[in-house]
Amino acid sequence: MARGSVVIESAHLRTLILTLQREGYQVIGPTVRDGSIVYAELSSDGDLPVGWTDEQEAGHYRLRRRDDQAVFGYAVGPHSWKRFLLPSPFVLWRARRTADGVLEETPPADAPRYAFLGVRSCDLHAIRVLDRIVLAGTAVDPIYAHRREQAFIVTVQCANFAPRTCFCVSMGTGPRATAGYDLALTELLEPGAHRFVVEIGSERGANLLAHVPHRPARAADLRAAEQAIARTATQMGRRLDTNGLKAALYANLEHPRWNDVAERCLTCGNCTMVCPTCFCFSVEDRTDLSGNVTERVRQFDVCFTTAFTYTAGTSHRHSARARYRQWVLHKLATWVDQFGTFGCVGCGRCITWCPVGIDITEEAAVLSSRRGAGAEDT
Amino acid sequence: MTAPGPVLRSLVDPFHPHPYRVVARRRETSDTVTLRLCPATDPYLPGSPGQFMMLTAFGIGEVPISLSRVPDRSGMLEHTIRAVGSVTRHLVALRPGDWVGVRGPFGTGWPLDLARGRDVLLVAGGLGFAPLRSALEAILERRQDYRRVTVLLGARTPSDVLYRQILPRWQRRNDVDLRVTVDRPDERWRGQVGVVPQLVSQVAPSFEPTETVAFICGPDVMMRFTVRELQRHGVSDDRIFLSLERNMQCGVGLCGHCQLGPFFLCKDGPVLPYSRLMPFYEVREL
Ligand SMILES: Cc1cc2nc3c(=O)[nH]c(=O)nc-3n(C[C@H](O)[C@H](O)[C@H](O)COP(=O)(O)OP(=O)(O)OC[C@H]3O[C@@H](n4cnc5c(N)ncnc54)[C@H](O)[C@@H]3O)c2cc1C
Ligand code: SF4
Ligand code: SF4
Ligand code: FES
Repeated sequence: MARGSVVIESAHLRTLILTLQREGYQVIGPTVRDGSIVYAELSSDGDLPVGWTDEQEAGHYRLRRRDDQAVFGYAVGPHSWKRFLLPSPFVLWRARRTADGVLEETPPADAPRYAFLGVRSCDLHAIRVLDRIVLAGTAVDPIYAHRREQAFIVTVQCANFAPRTCFCVSMGTGPRATAGYDLALTELLEPGAHRFVVEIGSERGANLLAHVPHRPARAADLRAAEQAIARTATQMGRRLDTNGLKAALYANLEHPRWNDVAERCLTCGNCTMVCPTCFCFSVEDRTDLSGNVTERVRQFDVCFTTAFTYTAGTSHRHSARARYRQWVLHKLATWVDQFGTFGCVGCGRCITWCPVGIDITEEAAVLSSRRGAGAEDT
Repeated sequence: MTAPGPVLRSLVDPFHPHPYRVVARRRETSDTVTLRLCPATDPYLPGSPGQFMMLTAFGIGEVPISLSRVPDRSGMLEHTIRAVGSVTRHLVALRPGDWVGVRGPFGTGWPLDLARGRDVLLVAGGLGFAPLRSALEAILERRQDYRRVTVLLGARTPSDVLYRQILPRWQRRNDVDLRVTVDRPDERWRGQVGVVPQLVSQVAPSFEPTETVAFICGPDVMMRFTVRELQRHGVSDDRIFLSLERNMQCGVGLCGHCQLGPFFLCKDGPVLPYSRLMPFYEVREL
């Protein structure tokens, strides 16, 4: 809000996208593909999911037509921005064995300049969580760093849909984005006045707006925007009590509920793949047929496989119980010790995309309950 | 001299291995060899006892391997590797002249500072002697800085004992108490039979528990029993250090594989005091 707000008419969303493209950005935003809203390169505003919304529940996702022309009237889908910031698979390096045994390396290609359109508040927080891991640790991941530095972020404030599996309010990550974007749009769907209130978050953002027709925001625009976001906050479908959560989970490593979840969990790893903060990867060395050219490929990995902890002969987490425990413990307890923040931003993706509808808010509530621990102790 | 390019590159790209060449290969046991690696270009990768490198076998993969000796002044590395799977089998089969990719050094080392002025007890099971050898050499180099130095080694059979060529040299020293035990002796074995933790009681009378620092590396069972023994003799948990093994894909805290509770064993470990490890190490399958 620091740099003020303006209003652009809905028709000029197109101009915004065109301007970004003209400035050399590859614009990535929401689009309908195979029955869900995913993030992909947009050629124009025509690719946006206009008039669509989603129905989400534990283990359930379906697109539905709306009876208005809302452009952003849905919650987050199965994709998150990590797929662009941490591309997978990715060739880390390539080497050739020559006659005199010398190795040549192919330098990686330049990082694309992305503009992310439609970054929700939870996902902005997720990017900030990733920043702490891959930019602020002992080693910096150059692949992420290049993409992240250049990325232009257009946030969309969550409004005009009922968030069913979200719990950003509990995690303090939304629904209102307050920082970390270049521009933040709030969509107002008043009849005959379909428009966006645009908060300017950076100089880059302000400069871009110079090419997009706009007018100053009036008090009424700002009020309408705040109300639309506030309505989303009151409609949160899930909640998670984070008070004392870390300590409670640490105290309950042998809680009987872990066995109970393990009986339902398919250890498919969908939750980690859709999670905007899960960052784990593994590497694989591949060679061509001659065996003289090799490349190391990095790929997202999930802690739900036994291979994840495999070291010569044994896996450290054999049971589904141990693997589910790693996921919840990491998201809600060990992450706090490692990075000073939860590994969960309350986006609800893991709840929606779990094939058997396991709900992290429900499990965490039980797993952190003292009563459960007592039952095991006695 | 100007800063060598490859080292700078590793700062920019922590995933890029440096080229090294095998210059010597010594067979230690039926499945274990020690490789000496010489930098093929100018970088000097440093390292301290207890740290590890990520070694790449061309076209096969990369694995964490401890420094069995710290790099010498020319940057020469020494690694003792046991063939247990695809990558280690290829590394063990390398010959002088062959290429090896090296990244590192990674991880926490043995806390020699803490050990200074105290009794030191090194306890190794099997290949666990490799990372402890670098600690032993560092201690012997400045022997006067330490009080009693005791080394307890365990191996399955006499032919599984590492570094048998130089072992007698250490055993002959009267300022080191080095004892070896095997699980299964052969007819020529004159030494002790049994598991390593049992040796702790033997040497316990000679060290002062409240002034002892212990470094342990070996199979988990062996480390657990050794910890129990040391605790029984009054060594405190924050003076007992373990080196743990986990799957490691990056070595720099980015891949997530090496987690044990809140620890990334590649950077918070592999060496950690038992006092910090206990709440997590003692939980099955964590
Ligand atoms: C800190 C530390 C220090 C260690 N020090 C030593 C030591 O000094 N000496 C020693 O002998 N051992 C040491 N080890 C153990 C050694 O790292 C393992 O034995 C080794 O990783 C086994 O790998 P492998 O491929 O031979 O076995 P496998 O059982 O075949 O594979 C084990 C793992 O290696 C990786 N891997 C296998 N193939 C590929 C591939 N194609 N591309 C990429 N990755 C692949 C995978 O992560 C796989 O899960 C240490 C381990 C740690 C954690
Ligand atoms: S754990 Fe679930 S709700 Fe939390 S950030 Fe990850 S996917 Fe979203
Ligand atoms: S929950 Fe699992 S996949 Fe996600 S970051 Fe943690 S260890 Fe990695
Ligand atoms: S080895 Fe990758 S995080 Fe530790």
